[in-house]
Amino acid sequence: METEERIVASPEDVNRKPETPLLDQLEQGPWPSFVKEIKSATQTSKMPSDLLGQVELSYREKQGHWKHGGIVGVRGYGGGVIGRYSDDPEKFPGVSQFHTIRVNQPSGWFYSSQALRTLCDIWERHGSGLTNMHGTTGDVVLMGATTAELEPTFNELTAAGFDLGGSGSAMRTPSCCVGEGRCEWSCYDTMKLCNDLTQQYQDEIHRPPFPYKFKIKMSGCPNDCVASAARSDLAIIGTWKDSIQQDDAAVAQHAAEGVDIQKDVCDRCPTHAMDWDGRRLTIRNEDCVRCMHCINVLHKALRPGKEQGAVILVGAKAPIIQGALLASVLIPFVPKEELHETVTELVSRIWDFWGEYGKNRERVGELIQRVGLPAFLDGIGLDPVPEMVAAPRDNPYIYAHETGGEK
Amino acid sequence: MSTAIPAKRITDIGPPHYEQFLHPVIKRNYGKWQYHEKVAPGVLCHVAQSGERIYTVRAGSPRLLSIQTLRNFADLADRYCEGYLRFTSRHNVEFLLARQENIEPLKNDLHALGFPVGGTNNSISNVVHTQGWVHCHSAATDASGVVKAVMDALYDRFTHEDLPGKVRIAMACCLNMCGAVHCSDIAILGVHRTPPQIKHDNLSKVCEVPTLISSCPTGAIRSATVNGNASVEVVEEQCMFCGNCYTVCPAMPLNNPETDGLSIWVGGKVSNARSQPMFTKLAIPFIPNNPPRWPEAVEAVVKIIDVYSKGARKYERVGEWIERIGWPRFFQLTGFEFTRYHIDDFKHAGLSYARSAHIRY
Repeated sequence: METEERIVASPEDVNRKPETPLLDQLEQGPWPSFVKEIKSATQTSKMPSDLLGQVELSYREKQGHWKHGGIVGVRGYGGGVIGRYSDDPEKFPGVSQFHTIRVNQPSGWFYSSQALRTLCDIWERHGSGLTNMHGTTGDVVLMGATTAELEPTFNELTAAGFDLGGSGSAMRTPSCCVGEGRCEWSCYDTMKLCNDLTQQYQDEIHRPPFPYKFKIKMSGCPNDCVASAARSDLAIIGTWKDSIQQDDAAVAQHAAEGVDIQKDVCDRCPTHAMDWDGRRLTIRNEDCVRCMHCINVLHKALRPGKEQGAVILVGAKAPIIQGALLASVLIPFVPKEELHETVTELVSRIWDFWGEYGKNRERVGELIQRVGLPAFLDGIGLDPVPEMVAAPRDNPYIYAHETGGEK
Repeated sequence: MSTAIPAKRITDIGPPHYEQFLHPVIKRNYGKWQYHEKVAPGVLCHVAQSGERIYTVRAGSPRLLSIQTLRNFADLADRYCEGYLRFTSRHNVEFLLARQENIEPLKNDLHALGFPVGGTNNSISNVVHTQGWVHCHSAATDASGVVKAVMDALYDRFTHEDLPGKVRIAMACCLNMCGAVHCSDIAILGVHRTPPQIKHDNLSKVCEVPTLISSCPTGAIRSATVNGNASVEVVEEQCMFCGNCYTVCPAMPLNNPETDGLSIWVGGKVSNARSQPMFTKLAIPFIPNNPPRWPEAVEAVVKIIDVYSKGARKYERVGEWIERIGWPRFFQLTGFEFTRYHIDDFKHAGLSYARSAHIRY
């Protein structure tokens, strides 16, 4: 077949263009095209041509053509590189080794143009020129390196001030929302805490010490822009204890500009904690659950309170292995000044308990499901509080009653 | 013997400190923001207590970016943003501008490069997605291609803010879900539907059998001797194709071009605004892989958006809208078939059964 002939070309031929009639259809349409990006990268590397060829084959056959994993890495690290090999290296020599390098992102994904160009220059010298900005966990993903280029890439990255992220049974690079960098709702300095924790746990990120992965994500308010409550073993979500800050003149201005305060704000309050008499908005803060809706809508008039901190939740994960979990409350409020110390202590206790009792490939959330939250609380030395549950138990099958004697 | 002293190996330095990457306006007003204004779709203005303003222009990207495109972004940041930019948790790129008069020229340059400005407020923001056939061994489908086709169809929903509420779409190529698919307004999920094809001849050479057996969440894997080889067997009725065995053992591949495909899920969210975070729920159990543009999947997503945009009240997310109208009406409005697959039969399944006489007619 003619197309086959063309795909089996010499890897030295940088200008060689595989025929990709299926992928070419994804260059059309208004949304930016990943096919154009891969084609663009053929300017500086011979690898993307074979990537196009292999992905075209996948599109034709409706199946992937990557071999299962493969352990590769840089010296002294147990993670940060995901091994990837083509299952047809004869046909696609340019992707016979096509490993992913995960790179710690700067907190909040901020860059200078110079830093971005530095990453590009390193990646032009050593890899395919293809990236993900960013992977779903948050790292910069450099996609497509040969085994031989891993060490040189790593050396250039560290010389430029960058380091690798985690993989396997290691901690993942923590991630955070933009926080105080550009948001008036942030109840603590997410970027500072994220950077501090990333630095503090470099060893756990680079040398897998756990039963399975461990993720920490930080959001500055309950809007949770980094999906911490769905995606991280430890979610740190900014909130406040006192009353919502309220600017009555600005509320009136919102009303004058057409916001229907009764319908769009009060009626949407989940705990019916607000009244609007046509002139003045009254908030019963003792009923407020800090959901953010009224603040989101009246964004010039309402703000989180002044006594700020975070709620800490534990145990979120995607389905594998025992089913998806949302995070649940562990500490209802930590003042922002105490967050770093509290999180550090809490993480150390969780890791001790999980390291002792966790099974292979068991996330913290699944361990809690297996042993029960009360046993987990005993294990990490935390007292139960009603904020931890949606409701108390509705069954009478109670283990381990304290009967006054020895426990 | 060489006497050269090797250069000191640099390790465990972590990422560069973010402070050096902050625009001067951001640095001066860090933690002192007063409020923000919605300037236009994809354009925000944050106002500090000092009165200083920083403008944000957000553009969608395919996530998979070449260094050529990143250098173009760097050039734009130099031209309009004193060299500062950032990325978002949903793969958007954000340019940070001190001068309002730079917004339009930047938007024009982005448009010329093919990157749409939008994704703010009540729009459809960029799709969080995974690697698919471009880089993953366990993918039941591609991700970039499906997302490209879906976003081509929803382009105007990205560049306009005309939906009742925010809509967050995510895509994952298998049940590993390397993206917040389980808590998105609409989720596209690659699924395998046939048990692993066991490679008996080399299984014991490449896998640890006890680890493999214990990896199965339903206990469907048992040790077995096949043709004289130490191997395993799978109780097929107990397999729900999660792929965890394949993750721990390369000799258990699930990929099957005939039976792999997509499923569509709806109604999840992570934000706490109004309602609590929610999981996505099954809308369509299976759509065949139909590359390069997956028209059936695109049509399903567009259908959900259409009925949601017509029926939801202001600020209602997809899940909140469905809770109000009820699942029977959701299936009626979308025309999606309700099947036995929609009824949970895994752990805690009973919690999702209707346990009241509250029924809409």
